[in-house]
Amino acid sequence: MSLLDIENLSLTIGDTQILTGMELSVAPGEVMGLVGESGSGKSMTALTVMQLLPHAARATGRVSFDGIDILAATEDQMCALRGDDIGMVFQEPMTALNPVKTIGEQVAEGIRWHTRASRAEAEERARKMLDRVGLPSAKFPLSRYPHELSGGQRQRVVIAIACALKPKLLIADEPTTALDVVLQAQILDLLRDLVAESRMGLLLISHDLAVVTEMADRITILRRGEVMEAGDTARTLSEQLHPYTRQLAQASMHVPARTRPHGVGSGQPLLQVEGVTRDYHGRRTSLFKRAPAIRAVDDVSLSMAPGQSVALVGRSGCGKSTLARMILALDRPSSGTIRFRGETITGKSEAELKPARRDMQVVFQDPYGSFDPRQKVEKLVAEPLHVLDKKPTRAERREMVAHALHEVGLDQRDMDKYPHEFSGGQRQRLSIARAIITRPKLVVADEPVSALDVSIRAQILDLFAELNQKLGIAYLFITHDLTVARAITDEVLVMHDGKIVERGKTNEVLDHPQSEAAKALVTAAPDLHRAITRRMQEQG
Amino acid sequence: MTLHIDIPEEKFGSILAKAFRNTAFVAGFFITLLILAMAIVSYAWTPYDVTKLVIADKTQAPSLAHWFGTDHFGRDILSMVMVGARNSIAVALVAVGIGMGIGVPLGAFAAARGGLVDEALMRLNDLVFAFPALLSAIMITAIFGPGAVNAIIAIGIFNIPVFARVARAGALAIWPREFILAARAAGKSSTQISIEHVLPNIATLLLVQGTIQFALGILAEAGLSYLGLGAQPPMPSWGRMLFDAQTRMVVAPWMAIFPGMAIVVTVLGLNLLGDGIADILDPKSRRQR
Amino acid sequence: MTAYLLKRLAIAVATLVLASMVVFAVLEILPGDPARLMLGMNASADQVELLRNQLGLNAPLPWRYLHWTGGLLSLDFGRSYTYSVPVIDLVRERLAVSLPLALIALALSTVIAIPVGLYSASRRGRAGDTVAMGAAQLGVAVPNFWFALMLIYVFAVWLRLVPAGGFPGWSAGVWPALKSLLLPAVALALPQAAILARVTRSALIEVLNEDYIRTARAKGLPYRAVLWRHALRNAMIPVLTILGLQFAFLLAGTIIIENVFYLPGLGRLVFQAITQRDLIVVESVVMLLVAAVIAVNLLVDLSYAVVDPRLRSRQ
Repeated sequence: MSLLDIENLSLTIGDTQILTGMELSVAPGEVMGLVGESGSGKSMTALTVMQLLPHAARATGRVSFDGIDILAATEDQMCALRGDDIGMVFQEPMTALNPVKTIGEQVAEGIRWHTRASRAEAEERARKMLDRVGLPSAKFPLSRYPHELSGGQRQRVVIAIACALKPKLLIADEPTTALDVVLQAQILDLLRDLVAESRMGLLLISHDLAVVTEMADRITILRRGEVMEAGDTARTLSEQLHPYTRQLAQASMHVPARTRPHGVGSGQPLLQVEGVTRDYHGRRTSLFKRAPAIRAVDDVSLSMAPGQSVALVGRSGCGKSTLARMILALDRPSSGTIRFRGETITGKSEAELKPARRDMQVVFQDPYGSFDPRQKVEKLVAEPLHVLDKKPTRAERREMVAHALHEVGLDQRDMDKYPHEFSGGQRQRLSIARAIITRPKLVVADEPVSALDVSIRAQILDLFAELNQKLGIAYLFITHDLTVARAITDEVLVMHDGKIVERGKTNEVLDHPQSEAAKALVTAAPDLHRAITRRMQEQG
Repeated sequence: MTLHIDIPEEKFGSILAKAFRNTAFVAGFFITLLILAMAIVSYAWTPYDVTKLVIADKTQAPSLAHWFGTDHFGRDILSMVMVGARNSIAVALVAVGIGMGIGVPLGAFAAARGGLVDEALMRLNDLVFAFPALLSAIMITAIFGPGAVNAIIAIGIFNIPVFARVARAGALAIWPREFILAARAAGKSSTQISIEHVLPNIATLLLVQGTIQFALGILAEAGLSYLGLGAQPPMPSWGRMLFDAQTRMVVAPWMAIFPGMAIVVTVLGLNLLGDGIADILDPKSRRQR
Repeated sequence: MTAYLLKRLAIAVATLVLASMVVFAVLEILPGDPARLMLGMNASADQVELLRNQLGLNAPLPWRYLHWTGGLLSLDFGRSYTYSVPVIDLVRERLAVSLPLALIALALSTVIAIPVGLYSASRRGRAGDTVAMGAAQLGVAVPNFWFALMLIYVFAVWLRLVPAGGFPGWSAGVWPALKSLLLPAVALALPQAAILARVTRSALIEVLNEDYIRTARAKGLPYRAVLWRHALRNAMIPVLTILGLQFAFLLAGTIIIENVFYLPGLGRLVFQAITQRDLIVVESVVMLLVAAVIAVNLLVDLSYAVVDPRLRSRQ
């Protein structure tokens, strides 16, 4: 007898069909993984079960939870279920907690509401629950506010709220997507333990096949609102009977074909970072006192050869993005020097930086945020031409933009469109076109594929590899994702607390990490191969 | 406080189509158009001459001959309302222009520079905000003498910090965006970035604030001319007409009702227009409909 | 917390000092010699000069500024040129009208606006919301002095419930005095209430879209409980900001409204003083109003810290 049964569920919001004939079930104590790319309707499935859909949504079919017909339930019945029998954990821990209420109040609130417990009783239970999720009250008293906690700690509070009353079903919607891999592993462990302890059913929603494979007993693969394949996790993924399942799995493990680019290791280094440190002022604690300065980057030295592809990996907040901004001369080091093509760029004025800027470009993470929505592609892609000594004519400019678009696999007619007319993957191509239009020697890419779906991610990685081969561009990839590092780079630098703690050939470091930080990253990184193998072994 | 700006990603054509499905926008647009048309027509034609006093016709109730009635000098109130619209619109519009022209560059500059420059400009803003605007406007017009030009200056000065604040808040929300970083990586100066990327993206915010300040300007002008500090007779102005009406409320209530209605309708139209624009261009609010 | 408070306090004091310099400077450049005004056109140059010396008008500028601010601090505002009484007495007498008027208006506007905003936000898009917000839209558009004229016409001329204007003084009893402040307060409050209701509604709606509202709903709290327990407090910041701004607005609004109702308040005093070039009165009253605005803004800043723990944090 299953706990949650979804049969033939169809959902529309306004005129948009979100789900069609959706089927899914979760048994008590079972982990069901719901996998799909963005827009596949995974989150809407969760919100249908919770009946927290937007007003314009219309659902038909059958959703039954513990014998209750959810689609026919009144709001009062749903309120009784939510938080008591069904708990939910959301994606974004930074915004999921009320900033003006203490964590104790927020955990105790649901307990008091459902059990009519006294304040003291509810607080006692909240304290126990927070202790259980790894926030012992000695270090994290109930009187803490959310802003005093880190992202991982906040997600623990959200889990404590969801599990406070030992629900029969827990729905976790991308619970670790906003966290780095080490935190992700910790949160997944916690969820796994909580499920085992109280025989909760867990509906785990994720875009990451590896995460789901590690966690789930059964999986359901969703695409554009329709179930593609469902079944036992190990069998589904080892057999890969459905073409879409195969496509997803292959994209998750994709490694672009690369031979070693020409010219590596010869001559003068392209980029030299020597003893660079960046301090940020501490916050003022009173009129005359400041908190001690925060050292974001601590005495970092590195060197890159022309055409080389280097990964800078580390957990969130380790200082990798700050380092990247200093290399791009968008931020100034507190001490140390950065040399690009043998010339010092630290402390130079914007005019003096022009030649360096020509040879150094950037690709950002968010394909949606990195274009001014008010400008056409032609102007956006041509923006770096600003640094050329001789301003190109309109015709020359169009010619150059057309060429760059062609190189990233877009049509030259695209230059008269606005960014919103492109999909996320296409926008990342535009971003790359903008980066290569001045024929730079170095491209710094800050998490360039982490916002993309796996199939798109594979294509963009291929494009990066191809351009590296064809144009001999050196890459500095900033990432927390080891699969990206493995796929595209020759060397890897591991950063931790502002310092570079390990460096070496990518495969060697990832296969045999030496430092604690590198080991933590490697063991925590979800790996589809490993996960499938382990599943198979467990089942014999 | 931080401000979140959602930048709509649509073509002008589809925005226009959306605009005319928005009730507030349509109502506001047509009311504003009507008032503007009234003011423009008054230059060429009014039902009666507003400068001519016809004592025989004094304080007549609304009739077919005088739709809004006549005042204590026998002047046609409809004609006076029409001519008064010119004055109200001109004063409020120029005052908005002053506020935008000075305030927006200041705010954008403060946001681009940050640090001490920003702090100093914002403290200056605080200083202006510490003076109740109407009180200061009264002082300014009293010092430099009553009249439409001084009313414009008085109202305009107090629009400056409002626009500076809005422009700064908007610009601060745009500056951390990745496309700004991309522009900086392309070697553009902060002035270039402010003009090319920041201002176009906060234009709608400024437009909405513009309609609000326009409406407030109409109200302020009416207040000043009610106190005798705005446009001087014989030039009719809505506020002055209300002052004249006050002592004659018992015998000629229409003298107060119609100019007041003119103010209400104009301000209402502008506010609806602003609400409509904000509504159309803010995708967040649209999504919930 | 203390850092935040100290910073706000320092800013308030600095603003006040700067404001006093501005007021002083503006009145310095104002045309017209107060001594000549007091003595009339027939006075001889010597007489005028003598009075100028007596009034301290011939002393150097910085000295006069310090003397003036020193006087303000010890509540010695000087003597009015036209009324020939100490300004402090005038102010005290007029404040007894204006302060209750502004406070009643502020209270009235808050009491009307917050519940309407809450009601509208909780029934967003339904008939009740549309009607309430339509009324608010109209309320924002109405000039308060015209609204005052209409109120006079209906309640004083037509229904004869309250006096059309004037003030009997508090000595005539609390009720008659309050009665004559009732219409002016309503005229001041309603347009402000309309603004406040709109701000309350939109602040609430903005907050209701936040992720933590969904978290609260997922806990099983019904919509109404979420609105009261989670949304309201988070929506307070913009509401408090507007309340602070409205205080300045109400103060200035009293100038016109007191003229409409012939109330002997501070606004009318300063208006008359400006037209009569009674500089010392203008200076004092303007400074008083500016100080009140700054104090209220400081209060608003402090209340932010009460509402939002992030401002209180010591990190």
